[in-house]
Amino acid sequence: MNTVAVTPGGAEVKVKRSPLGRFSDVLYRRPNLYLLLLLVPPLLWFGSVYIASLLSLLWQGFYTFDDFTMLVDHTLTLSNYAQLFDAANFDIILRTLLMALSVTLFSALLAFPVAYYMARFASGRTKAFFYIAVMLPMWTSYIVKAYAWTLLLAKEGVSSWFINLLGLDAVLQFLLSVPGIGGNTLSTSNLGRFLVFTYIWLPFMILPVQAALERLPPSLIQASADLGGTPFKTFRHVIFPLAVPGIAAGSIFTFSLTLGDYIVPQLVGPPGLFLGTMVYVQQGSIGNMPMAAAFTLVPIVLIAVYLAIVKRLGAFDAL
Amino acid sequence: MHSDHSANGKASVWLKIAAWSGLIFLHFPIAIIALYAFNTEESAFSFPPPGLTTKWFAVAFGRADVLESIGLSLQVACVATVLAMTLGTMASAALYRRNFFGKESITLMLILPIALPGIITGLALLTAFKALDIHPGITTIVIGHATFCVVIVYNNVVARFRRISASLIEASMDLGADGWQTFRYIVLPNLGTAMLAGGMLAFALSFDELIVTTFTAGHEKPLPIWLLNQLTRPRDVPVTNVVAMLVMLVTTIPVFLAYLLTKGGEDVAGSGK
Repeated sequence: MNTVAVTPGGAEVKVKRSPLGRFSDVLYRRPNLYLLLLLVPPLLWFGSVYIASLLSLLWQGFYTFDDFTMLVDHTLTLSNYAQLFDAANFDIILRTLLMALSVTLFSALLAFPVAYYMARFASGRTKAFFYIAVMLPMWTSYIVKAYAWTLLLAKEGVSSWFINLLGLDAVLQFLLSVPGIGGNTLSTSNLGRFLVFTYIWLPFMILPVQAALERLPPSLIQASADLGGTPFKTFRHVIFPLAVPGIAAGSIFTFSLTLGDYIVPQLVGPPGLFLGTMVYVQQGSIGNMPMAAAFTLVPIVLIAVYLAIVKRLGAFDAL
Repeated sequence: MHSDHSANGKASVWLKIAAWSGLIFLHFPIAIIALYAFNTEESAFSFPPPGLTTKWFAVAFGRADVLESIGLSLQVACVATVLAMTLGTMASAALYRRNFFGKESITLMLILPIALPGIITGLALLTAFKALDIHPGITTIVIGHATFCVVIVYNNVVARFRRISASLIEASMDLGADGWQTFRYIVLPNLGTAMLAGGMLAFALSFDELIVTTFTAGHEKPLPIWLLNQLTRPRDVPVTNVVAMLVMLVTTIPVFLAYLLTKGGEDVAGSGK
């Protein structure tokens, strides 16, 4: 097919088109075909690999596990999902949920000053430095970070050296004696586990908060000051409310990642299963795939609820 | 105005301390890993280390299992990155501009593999592989990694697509270029760095992903799984320390390059109109 082009002089010229060019013409004239061609490969991949797997997993939750033969048979039952509400299982859910919420809250507290400084006060080189300094630990290998903390928290390790140096031994002993968060040593206490979680997910909180604060126009802060707002009032009524979507966006990561983690609870902290470890144990050592599948529904539901809440806070616009 | 200024100055002293403390908190454990890689002590974690040495690097590189794991992880990361770049770029080209029915759901589907805990993705893939009688191995690792890496590339490329001015594309068409030429000479050069940056991040993510990999790896031992297994083997502490530091370095380089490729995105042609 040759197209006719008109030169500025008005003469008609036949233009030879490459097959690729002709093909792109077709696509240009039919945007729906173009869209379809682009969408089919990713949709096929996600539909067949991901969504199908996810559904088959949840479907497994309806299968029956025979405790005596340790075999799965395909009789459908609701008992796995019903068992989630057993007191012991409910404890696991509650324990994990509390940890995820406290990690989220504490990361927001730690992240805010870093993000605020980055967004409003740092400029040029300092800002670039901060940005890289937050991004690198975020992408650093998860297992290496967890391993680093086993080194830090080990007996005679780095943390005890620093605690001795600063004479904080009494403080540590007091913290470890608090029921609920304490334990024999830092590495077997909930406090230790909480620190590791907060450390690993903190960068995921800093960056969205920083981005939200970055979008805040300085004129708003000036306006607040001009209208007599003290720095605290300005912070309380102008800066903080506008940072909320960023915090909400970051909290999706801290919440969801803590909720499903099964490595950190094995490495640090007291015995007592977490949602992730429960799934792992059921699937791996016990071989009770139906129960493991039923347990995966818990984080899915909790995260869906959580997403619905943070969506109202504007999290999706700040992602 | 006056009070505002001085108040800001005063607040920022505390803020500075808090911000820098946050950074130190983020980097201290990483520094410890780097330090312990040179530790002379063989099986304890006492601090400060009694002495420093580089001999463990030679020991680590002499270990066949370490080299094999590194090789496997690099291979997986490369293939997964190429797949993710292809699918992620296609998805972003389809989704950045037009609104159509189901667009939101498709975006959600792309994000789901990283928004849901890794254990769910991992277990789901394992169930599916079992149901289809696929033997876990290098292919299944790649499939898992590519799935959650797509969104990384997608995020980078879609952001760039949104910044490329539509008037550039119109200008190219007005001057007689067809769709392909416009793509080749206008769109692609603008997308290039974003695709590359997304690819780098996908590579870094794939190289050290543990949670999903545990389920899809079968008997294969990519580097993160090798590391996890090491944690229960106190005998090998020095080698573990060295490998941990190397893993950290390997992921640092692509992430840093990705930053350099996408920084100053304001300079992208056509964004300043």
